[in-house]
Amino acid sequence: MGLNAAPTAGGEGFLTTTVNSVANWGRKNSLWPMPFGTACCAIEMMGAMMSRFDLSRFGAEVARFSPRQADLMIVSGTITYKMASVCRNIYDQMPEPKWVIAMGSCTCGGGPFDSYAVVQGIDEFLPVDVYIGGCPPRPEALIDAVMKIQKKIDIEGAPIV
Amino acid sequence: MSGFTLEQLSSRLGSHIESSSEFRGENTYFVAPEKISEVLTVLKEEFNFDYLVDLTAVDYLGIKSPRFEMVYYLHRFGEQYDENIRVRIKCSISEDKPAIDSVTSLWAGADWLEREVYDMFGIVFNGHPDLRRILMPEDYDEYPLRKDFDVRNREPSKRSFKKALSEGNF
Ligand code: SF4
Repeated sequence: MGLNAAPTAGGEGFLTTTVNSVANWGRKNSLWPMPFGTACCAIEMMGAMMSRFDLSRFGAEVARFSPRQADLMIVSGTITYKMASVCRNIYDQMPEPKWVIAMGSCTCGGGPFDSYAVVQGIDEFLPVDVYIGGCPPRPEALIDAVMKIQKKIDIEGAPIV
Repeated sequence: MSGFTLEQLSSRLGSHIESSSEFRGENTYFVAPEKISEVLTVLKEEFNFDYLVDLTAVDYLGIKSPRFEMVYYLHRFGEQYDENIRVRIKCSISEDKPAIDSVTSLWAGADWLEREVYDMFGIVFNGHPDLRRILMPEDYDEYPLRKDFDVRNREPSKRSFKKALSEGNF
């Protein structure tokens, strides 16, 4: 990125950059999460979005309950196989590029539920970018995960589609 | 009927009761499975047990024979809502053809409870208006709370999951 600040008044200067880096800069600072909360972890996710922890400070403010308007899926809660097909379907409806956070022990590896109905880690059917351990993780951990996603977008970026 | 006593109940049901037990004020009556709707009708209509608290089943594999036991918890509030009397009705069901009369005609709330028992234990409720699985996927082919089902066996769930994905049927 090159910056040519005009010696006189503002507005005269210009930036040189690439379309990709501007797009990724925009993406990482305005992640729109699709909250997929199915159990207790979802309460902490709500906590992270409310004013005390205020996820919106990092641009991930607008929780979209429509997958078509979201680019970050936060899966928080126990995922059963019956729910897994729904979860995958919703993920498929999200436009590219998209990222996934597995929030809590349940989504990372089944958590306390080693049972016939519970998926032992959502990476069985979803490409997970960031895992957060904890039962439940604290809101700070979710904020940390969002910031890791931002870093990932910054480093890896995503093609313009 | 007001001023309910358990003696009235046992003398009214008489020979329908196979055995009874009492533990810390909880009263349990065993009845024959073919008598269950008759007994529960009497309890509801004559003794005003208006509320079916819960209905569930137990699998006593290797402990008791017949293997299954149905459990009904009934609650009586009393005319002035000052009584709070509970009784527990049990009956055994054999393994080869697990079936019993539905009580949905007595308590509409039994609908989903019976579906859950059907889903988890495979006990069929005769006369149930809509006996489908309620928790597990509809094409699931096991009864997960039966003691001979391995609680960690995820294969049947995976099969239903893959089928739902491939058919786009959620
Ligand atoms: S990880 Fe713990 S808190 Fe989170 S959904 Fe599972 S059981 Fe609930």
